[in-house]
Formats: sequence, C-alpha cells, structure tokens
Amino acid sequence: MLTVDGISVRFGGITALDGVAFTVEPGTAVGLIGPNGAGKTTLFNCLTRRCTPDAGTVRFDDEDLLALPPHSVAGRGIARTFQNLGLFPRLTVRENVMVGAHSRGRTGHFAAALRLPRVRREERELRDQAEDSLRRLGLADVADHPASGLPFGTLKRVELARALAARPRLLLLDEPVNGLSHGEVDAFADLVRAVREDFDLTLVVVEHHMGFVMGLCGKVVCLDFGRKIAEGPPEEIQRDPAVIEAYLGVAA
Amino acid sequence: MRTILTTLGTGRARSLRAALTALLAAAVAVGAPFYFAPFQVFQLTMVLLYAVALAGLNLLVGFGGQISLGHGAFFAAGAYTAAVMLDRYDSAHLATLPVAAAGCFLLGLGFGVPALRLRGLYLALVTLSFAVFLPPLLKRLEPVTGGSMGLTVDKLQPPAWSGLAEDQWMYLVVLAVTAVALLLARNLLRSRVGRALLALRDDESAAEVMGVRLSLHKTLAFAWSAMFAGVAGCLYTWVIGFVSPDSFSFVLSITLLAGLVVGGLASLYGPLLGAAFVMYVPSVAQDVSDAAPGVVFGLLIIAVMFVAPTGLAGLAGRARDAATRRLTRTAPAAGRTPEPAPTTAPAADPAPADAEPVGAPPRTEKE
Repeated sequence: MLTVDGISVRFGGITALDGVAFTVEPGTAVGLIGPNGAGKTTLFNCLTRRCTPDAGTVRFDDEDLLALPPHSVAGRGIARTFQNLGLFPRLTVRENVMVGAHSRGRTGHFAAALRLPRVRREERELRDQAEDSLRRLGLADVADHPASGLPFGTLKRVELARALAARPRLLLLDEPVNGLSHGEVDAFADLVRAVREDFDLTLVVVEHHMGFVMGLCGKVVCLDFGRKIAEGPPEEIQRDPAVIEAYLGVAA
Repeated sequence: MRTILTTLGTGRARSLRAALTALLAAAVAVGAPFYFAPFQVFQLTMVLLYAVALAGLNLLVGFGGQISLGHGAFFAAGAYTAAVMLDRYDSAHLATLPVAAAGCFLLGLGFGVPALRLRGLYLALVTLSFAVFLPPLLKRLEPVTGGSMGLTVDKLQPPAWSGLAEDQWMYLVVLAVTAVALLLARNLLRSRVGRALLALRDDESAAEVMGVRLSLHKTLAFAWSAMFAGVAGCLYTWVIGFVSPDSFSFVLSITLLAGLVVGGLASLYGPLLGAAFVMYVPSVAQDVSDAAPGVVFGLLIIAVMFVAPTGLAGLAGRARDAATRRLTRTAPAAGRTPEPAPTTAPAADPAPADAEPVGAPPRTEKE
C-alpha cells in the first residue's frame, strides 16, 4: 500500500533521513521507533507532503505521493495526528471533526454563499457523521467545547476523531500516547484497535511507549540518526542488539 | 426559572425563538424610517452600509485571520465605480451595484496574491499602501474621476409609486442590500468554506493536512472581503451623491478596522454594532468636546476594549457568564457539571503541566 524507497532529507548540514526504505502492507500496523531526533517525525512529514525529500520516492497505491500538492494528500486517503496536537484551538470539538472531513466535501465558495440545496444536504450529512464519531469516541459531552483547555487525553481523542473524519485508508499516528497516564494508554490502545477494525485501517505509528507499539504493531521499523537500523516483528526488534544499543547505549 | 431555561434550550424552542427574534428585528428595521426624522434615517442608512463593509472585513480579519489596513481602497473603488457609471454613462443606480461588486471582487482576487506570502504586520503594511496610494491616483485621473474636485452625481430617487421620501427610500434599499450581504456572509461562514477559513486561521499546517487548499481559500477570502467593501462604497455613492479622493483617505481604512475590533471579531452581528460605533461615536465625541473630538473618540475606544475585550458583540456572552457564575456561587452543585476534584498524585502523571487545564475531571488511574 505504501512504499517508501531510499528517501533522504537534509536540513542544512544535518541529515535527518538517510536512504530510509520500508513498505506497509494493506491492513497492517507498522510501528516506527527510534531515539529522539532519529527522523521519525520528518518521515511522517514526508508522507503528508509537509516536507519534500531530497532523494527517494514514496508511492501510495502505485501513485507517486511526492508529485501531489500538500492539500491533495488527505483526499487520497491519508490522515494523521500530530505529536504536540495540531487541533484548531478556537474551534469547537465538533467543528474540528467537521474540518477533518474537508477533503470529502465538495462545497465551493459560491455554492456556500448561496447556500444551495446540495450545500445544506452535505452540511447535514457531515454534521450527522461528526455526531456519530463523537459518540463513538466518547466525546459527545464536549462537542461544543472549544478544542483547548480540555484534558490532554480528551484532546488526543479529538485529534483521532478528526483524523478519522477524513475516512482515511492509511492513518499516521505521531506519538499518540505521549503524555498520557498508564490507564489512558491502555484505553487509547483499545480504542485504536477498535477503530482500526471498524474502519479497516492501515496504521503507521510513531511512539516511544514500547508496550503500546509492541501490542499494536505487526512490524516495527527502528530508525537511528536518520538510518533504518532494524526492521521486523516486535519480538525480534526487542532482542535486536542494534536497537538496544541505540536506545540504551553500550557498556564502555 | 431553571425549567424555563431548559425548555428554551431545546432545539425546537431555540429555532422558534430565533425566528421570532429575526421577525421582530425585521419589523423594527423596516419600521424605523417612518418613525425617525430624516437626518436620523440618514445616519441609520450609513450604519447599514458601514455594516456591509465591516462584514466583509470580518470575513478576512475575524474569520480568516489575515489583516487588512487597505479596505478603504476597495470601498473607494466601489464608490468611484458607481459614481463614474452614473456620471459618464447615465446608468441606472441599480446597474452600478453588480459592476462595483464584480469589479471589487476581481480587484480583491488580484490584491489577495500578496496575502499568500505575507502575514501579520507585513500584510498590514502592504494593504495600508493600497489605501495610501489610491487618493493621489484618483486625483491624477482627472478626466475620469473629476480629480480633487470629485464627482457629484444623482442620489437614489424614490419611484413615484412608492410615495416615500428620499431618505426613507434610500434607507429601505440600503437595508435590502445589507440584508442580502449579511446573509451571504453568514452562509459562507456556516459552511465547509467558513470552517476551512477558521481552521487556517488557527493552524495553517494542520488545515493543509486536512486537505484545505490554503492559496484558494486565502485569496477568495480577500476577494469576498473586497467585494463587500466595494458594495458598501457603491451604496455610499447612492446615498451621499458625491465622491472625492479626500473622502477615502487611509483614515477610512483604519476606522473600518477599529470599528470591526470594537464590534467584535469573528462574530456574525459584530459588524452591525461596530458600524453603529463608527457612525455615532465621532458625533458624540464632538458633542463632548469641540476642541479635541479625536481624543474623546480614542478614549471611548479604549473604554470599550477595557469593558468588552472581545468586542461589543461579546459583551452579552460575558455578562451571561458572569451572571451564571454568580448564580452558581449562591446555589452550588444544583444540576451543574460536577466541580472537579483536585488531581491526586500529580507526580505520577507524565502529562505536561500546561496540558492539564483548570477544571479537568480527575484522571482515573487503572493499574
């Protein structure tokens, strides 16, 4: 479904990614791990066209992703969440989720100004869908609350709801459980598993919480200093000497 | 009291109430010219046409998060389009409106291009330059614009069948145009497009990930906004019957922006309140002090911003919040959301401190 081949990104003298390659099969969940600064978020930014690699290709369903303008990525079925929340703080939770469905809407400026019947219909549909997904994720109570000033765990769920509103086939989660308590991590893992089942999602997850990654993902890719140092099933990765060295260092 | 509030809060009652309010407002608005003296009717007409310009500016500044100090230029462009058409081509008044609207829309589309690359103060500066640059240009184009002398054209005349006085007819026509303009702005904002604008105001890169095409929405927001200003300018020509470069100095642009902020950014009826402020407060200031009306005007703006930091439109909401706070303080725990208990054992909580808001429900720890 997703094929990343030899991508390199350089910021000035720093090589953030150096020839990273891996594939994501439909219906699987791939974990992306590595110490801070390994290039995980940069890789995500390449997948959503926030940053253009200096070399390499990214193909999604046999389409060259790097040839698309950034705003078209969502329409192809790729959604993401952000490491430090990318919610719209002055919009309500419901509006945030409805913006998530932007790529599926067709209403243009003129039709909207005249509020044509099809605009009304689309608006009603989007509102109903948003309502459903808010209920599904236990956010119905905060639907009219601005998406700021709520507990962090709730905001993380709002972001998930917003990403799901795009009806993606590939969902990229950037550190979905950082800053959550133990209980919340477990609850969030259950939630992710459930929506993955419901929406038939393929997942790529960046996360430092090893329990979360190992429990969710069928394959794990480990990056260090922009290079892929290991790839395989979670059990193997946990035993891999290169991974242990990258995370813990070696005895001097 | 509480039961009344809950009954009023239900969806159907709310829509009924909204319909009644709208009907009442419409009745008052239509009845006003038959009650007030001609001069007061003229003032109300001016409030309405400023409201159109402010609604446009609100689209751009309040909802789009961009800033324009040059909207006086679009206002002037609309006014001069109407005046030149009336003066040179003897057009009907109503014919000038679509031309001014379309012309200013295209002008806004063109000038919206710098808005793609610039933001904040830089955009403000570039747009201010439109406003500064236009009056001298109008003076230079004397054969068309009448130069510094300006153009005197016919005001809007009431048709014989209506039996209305000039000021009443003008008021009603301007009211109709304003109603349509405000409706268009409202429709636009309560849709996918409006949400896209709000989203890119709050977080551009997240909006783009959601599929919002930044360039399209930003330039069109500029174009709509310019169109509304142009329509307001066109109405101005109909009502005043005279345009000159000095009527549209850059002070007009700044007054419009001040009016919008005072009225309330990103509020649907803030433009009306802001327009009333822009229209009436200078004359009140004149009454208070003949010597320095500007000082009084400035002090009044400061006073409003102090009392209502979210603008006059936010004042009602703030008053309601304050009242509920007082009510709930006297009658605590009466069917309200439960007061949050203080979070226990914060040391075990890895969440960053700033993400933990006041009023968060207690975290449930599951081992």
